[in-house]
Amino acid sequence: MLGSFDYVIALLGFLTEAYVVVRLCLSDSFLRYFSLTVYMLAVVGITIGQDVVLLKFGVSSPLYAYVYYYTDALLTISLFFVIMSFYHQVFRQMSVGKYVRWASVLLLSGTALLSYLIVRRMPNHHLTSRFVVEMSQNLYFVGVVLTYLLWGAVVKLRETRTRLIQLVLALGIFFSADAACYALRNLFPGLEANFLKWVPPLAGLFLPLAWAYTFTKISENARLETARVALPRMAAHQHS
Amino acid sequence: MIAALICVISVAAFLQFFISYSRSIIAAYRKSELSEQVREVVGIEGQEVNSDQFGRLVQLVRLCPQKGDDRTDLKVVGVYYWMMGVVRSAARQLAPRITSWAERERAGCAYFVAVALDRRIAYSRDLLAQQMSDR
Repeated sequence: MLGSFDYVIALLGFLTEAYVVVRLCLSDSFLRYFSLTVYMLAVVGITIGQDVVLLKFGVSSPLYAYVYYYTDALLTISLFFVIMSFYHQVFRQMSVGKYVRWASVLLLSGTALLSYLIVRRMPNHHLTSRFVVEMSQNLYFVGVVLTYLLWGAVVKLRETRTRLIQLVLALGIFFSADAACYALRNLFPGLEANFLKWVPPLAGLFLPLAWAYTFTKISENARLETARVALPRMAAHQHS
Repeated sequence: MIAALICVISVAAFLQFFISYSRSIIAAYRKSELSEQVREVVGIEGQEVNSDQFGRLVQLVRLCPQKGDDRTDLKVVGVYYWMMGVVRSAARQLAPRITSWAERERAGCAYFVAVALDRRIAYSRDLLAQQMSDR
C-alpha cells in the first residue's frame, strides 16, 4: 500500500526530471549534455509507464514488480552512458575520445554478460526478490566504482568546471546511497520494512533535484578549485 | 561476504561524495564578503565566523523573507554541519587533526549561513524600497 509520502516523492521526482529535460532542451548546453538529456527523458517516459502499470495492476502485483525492477536496471545501465559522457568531457583535452568510446562498449558488454550469467544461474529464471536485490546491488556498485574513478580523474586533472564537478558528485551520492541500501537489504532483509525502503526513492529524488539545481544556479562558465572541494587527502595527492 | 564488502565501500564512497558535494556548495559562497550590517547584527569581527554561531544564524535566516533560491543549499549545509559535529565529537580523543579539520568545516558552514543572511537582508531591503516607491 502506497502512502501520501510515496506519492509526494514520486510527483516531485517526476516534475524535477521534466524540468531538467526542458531546461536542457532550451539551453545552449543541450549537445554537451545530450546523454544526460536522453537519460532524463527515458526516466520521464518510464515513470509514466510504471504509473500506468501501477494504476492498472496495483502495487502488489507481480507484473508491477517486473516492470519496476527491470526498468530500474535498464535506467541504471543507461546512466553508465551519462558517466561515459562525463569521462569524455574530462578527457577531451587529452584526445582520448576513441578510448572512452571503446571503454563504453566494453562496459556495456561486460554488464550484459554479467546480468546474463546471473539470470542463468537462477533456477526457473524467475524474478525472485533475492535476485532483484543482488542484481541491483551489483549494478549500482559498478556505478559507484565508475563514478569514483571519474571523480579521481577530475581531482587529478584539476578539472575546474563547477557544473561538471557538481553533476559528478551528485551522481556519486546517488549510486553509493543505492548500492549501500541494496547491500544492506541483502545482508539484513528485515531492515527493508523499516527504513531501507525509503532510500531508493529519496536517492532517486535527490539526483534530478541536484542536477536541476546545478543547471539552474551554476553557469557553464563558473569555475571552482577542486582542492577546495576534495577531501584533504585527495587534494594533497593532487598537489604531489 | 560480497554484500558486506559492497556495503562498506559504498558507505565510505557516499561519505566522501557527500562531503565534497557540500564543500562545492559552501565554496561558492566563500567568495562573497560579509557586509558591515550583517557583521554588526550578528556580532562578527573581521571576516571569520565562529562555528557556534551557526544555530543563531539559521534562526535569523528563518526570520528573513525567502528569496527562494537558497533553501536547498541551507538544508544540505545543515546536514553537513551536523555531520561535522558528529565527526568532531567522535575524533576528539583519538585524532586532534581531524577534530580541528571538522571545526574549520563547521566554521565554513556558519560563514555560508551568514552570507545567505546577508543576501536575504539585501533582498528584504530591496522589497521594502520597491513597496515604498509603489505607494
